[in-house]
Amino acid sequence: MLTLFGKPEPTLLDRLKQSVTKTREQLGARIGPLLAGGRSVDPQLFRELEASLLAADLGVRTTKELLAGLREDAERGNFQDAAQLKEALKKRLADLLRLPEAAPAANGARPQVIFVVGVNGTGKTTTIGKLAWRLKQEGRPTVLCAADTFRAAAIEQLEVWAQRAGVEIVRQKTGADPAAVVYDGLSSAIKGSAEVVIVDTAGRLHTKHNLMAELEKMKRTAAKLVPGAPHEVLLVLDATTGQNGLAQAREFTAHAGVTGIVLTKLDGTAKGGIVVAIARELGLPVRYVGTGEQADDLVPFDAPTFVNSLFD
Amino acid sequence: MFDNLTERLQKVFKTLRGQAKLTEEHLDAALGAIREGLLDADVSLPVVDELLAHIRQKSLGTEVTLQLLPDQQVVKIVRDELLELLGQPVRLQFASKPPSVWLLVGLQGSGKTTSTGKLAKWLAEHGHRPVVVSTDVYRPAAREQLAQVAQAIRQPCFAGTGLDKPVAIVRGALREAKLSAYDVILVDTAGRLHIDDQLMEELSQLKQELSPTEILFVADAMTGQDAVRSAGEFHRRLGLTGVLLTKLDGDARGGAALSIRKVTGAPVKFVGVGEKYDALEPFYPDRIVSRILGMGDVLSLIEKVEKTVDQKKAQKLAEKLRKSEFTLEDFRDQIRQIRKMGPLEQVLGMLPKIGPLANMPKNLEIDEKQFKHMEAIINSMTAEERTDHKVIDGSRRKRIARGSGTSVQEVNQLLRQFQEMQRMIKQYGSMKGRMRGMGKLAGLS
Ligand SMILES: Nc1nc2c(ncn2[C@@H]2O[C@H](COP(=O)(O)OP(=O)(O)OP(=O)(O)O)[C@@H](O)[C@H]2O)c(=O)[nH]1
Ligand SMILES: Nc1nc2c(ncn2[C@@H]2O[C@H](COP(=O)(O)OP(=O)(O)O)[C@@H](O)[C@H]2O)c(=O)[nH]1
Ligand SMILES: [Mg+2]
Ligand SMILES: [Mg+2]
Repeated sequence: MLTLFGKPEPTLLDRLKQSVTKTREQLGARIGPLLAGGRSVDPQLFRELEASLLAADLGVRTTKELLAGLREDAERGNFQDAAQLKEALKKRLADLLRLPEAAPAANGARPQVIFVVGVNGTGKTTTIGKLAWRLKQEGRPTVLCAADTFRAAAIEQLEVWAQRAGVEIVRQKTGADPAAVVYDGLSSAIKGSAEVVIVDTAGRLHTKHNLMAELEKMKRTAAKLVPGAPHEVLLVLDATTGQNGLAQAREFTAHAGVTGIVLTKLDGTAKGGIVVAIARELGLPVRYVGTGEQADDLVPFDAPTFVNSLFD
Repeated sequence: MFDNLTERLQKVFKTLRGQAKLTEEHLDAALGAIREGLLDADVSLPVVDELLAHIRQKSLGTEVTLQLLPDQQVVKIVRDELLELLGQPVRLQFASKPPSVWLLVGLQGSGKTTSTGKLAKWLAEHGHRPVVVSTDVYRPAAREQLAQVAQAIRQPCFAGTGLDKPVAIVRGALREAKLSAYDVILVDTAGRLHIDDQLMEELSQLKQELSPTEILFVADAMTGQDAVRSAGEFHRRLGLTGVLLTKLDGDARGGAALSIRKVTGAPVKFVGVGEKYDALEPFYPDRIVSRILGMGDVLSLIEKVEKTVDQKKAQKLAEKLRKSEFTLEDFRDQIRQIRKMGPLEQVLGMLPKIGPLANMPKNLEIDEKQFKHMEAIINSMTAEERTDHKVIDGSRRKRIARGSGTSVQEVNQLLRQFQEMQRMIKQYGSMKGRMRGMGKLAGLS
């Protein structure tokens, strides 16, 4: 994993607290007492937990599996009350999400190349802006590569972010071959001895074969210029995404070799529970969480805090 | 990826064969399957539970019998229930005195700006004189994006140069529209969270300023459980008049359409099916219901096929199919037709994953190149070989491979695929006959 965050960061907890809203409070008020200590373990409790998990987008299958495990433990008499059971559920969830960090393939490689991929409108470009801003703070020379040559004004959007962060950007014209932009970006990074290159890619639905092939081509181009590149492929997932997120993760992993997830828009009321299903099936770790539209609205993922937020 | 509802119900009812009447207990099992199906399709939990209560009542009321395809009977009840919820397509609203204003609102990244462009193009093609205007003063290059979209579709865009307050911008646009006799102003807005009080208030102000005849909620078809909250809040604040569901060109089931309809009462008026500006379609409730239930968007497929397929050839083929005379020549015709239909994954995505297609690998790696090869192989055959594939022995295979610039393995594979298709066609032919009979018995259309 790239250690982008050297110094103490605002934590996910801080951020989620900041965005606590009336809606959240109301929901919390409803679910909180229901799980408070003293309450006994009964079928109604399981129904309520099931409702929380389903409403957080974990999906039927993952929810069933988690609750089946808990039920077995409950039958063995492992829990004295509802609170204990709830803790056990949280632990199971956190264990699912606490994945071994990916092998630091990028160790020593220079420049480190990060591809940012995902379906349309999830927050790729904004996330890149935030990452660039962080890297700049850490004094690590960074190049942004505007390889979304398809969407209207996508290049201009990334340019604004490069300017905000104060980092270099490599661009061509709208309509240019994205692999050619990757080539330019990496060449420029090598020449200027940049430490990190982040490649913005056009949003694409994972079902579109030709567009997934285009990503593969961009990756091949990167590998030609920098051995082992891209060292990190971040899949940007919108927290409002439902069960389709699993298909997205599958396909982008198959075609682009995703190494980690960035979960955006957690400042809303959506819980982003599909990442649990993704972790369960694909073992993909969540690296960062987006909590707003400003440059510093990106924090490292933290499993326990995330798990807690599923229930309030 | 998911079982479709028919399959789920078939599993449930399989255990009940031989029993006379559907009891409440059976019904619970069936409802459980329906519940999972709807949740997998991203229908929000509270909406699912309310739908189930209705479906339970109707199923008990109509006396589902177990002898006659109970799964089909229940599927029909579910379909009808979902269709009823979605309602009939509704007319678009224009002001009695132009210009009409349509306001596009929604969460970040849902597709508002692109859809603004699509609507402008659509309106222009339907005899209107639209102008687009962006009030997204927040996201980097958002106004530039709409300007470029407008240029691409050759429609006017009010740039609002020098203005940086949404209200000021729309006032300018109103003035401009009156001067230039534009009859519809399409107002693109910044994406925002429904819980962002300040920005939601901004929308209320825009509404007050503009008195829009349409306030369209642009929603991503991939949206999950949160749909009820976001749509509900936008509706509470603004009173939505319609929904535009985007990104239906993917494989999301689109259950959010039901959630949004349930909490807002606003009908879906358009769907977005691609990134290009002509990828906008009217909303057909039956299609989305099939999709949500995992039964494939067969109607869209049929429409597409009808648009591209040569009718005479199709009739001839149908005739041959009936007589089970499907030859390599027909196979080649099929390949050509398919290639004409456009992106394959899109075509395949519309097929129901049932019957002979149930085991179709999800990632059918058929790309254009492969089809080209297949066609080349058949082209290299003699007429005799094409009408009777059985004569193609080892040495002929070698010759065909050489002639088509492929390998013997590829020729073998093509012949295997062809035989598989022949087999499927035979099966399908007999299945269709059976199904028709059963449908009549069960009183289904
Ligand atoms: N509230 C919130 N909005 C976000 C977050 N991240 C991104 N956004 C917004 O989501 C919208 C889409 O973001 P982009 O960065 O343009 O998304 P993208 O994936 O690059 O989009 P395409 O390139 O069009 O596919 C913008 O309005 C962003 O400001 C987040 O963490 N929270
Ligand atoms: N595949 C697909 N992409 C779409 C569709 N509608 C919009 N998009 C894409 O979704 C992304 C966000 O769209 P945009 O219009 O900028 O969203 P906005 O932030 O709501 O204005 C862009 O990449 C668009 O190209 C659609 O129907 N299908
Ligand atoms: Mg982008
Ligand atoms: Mg926009």
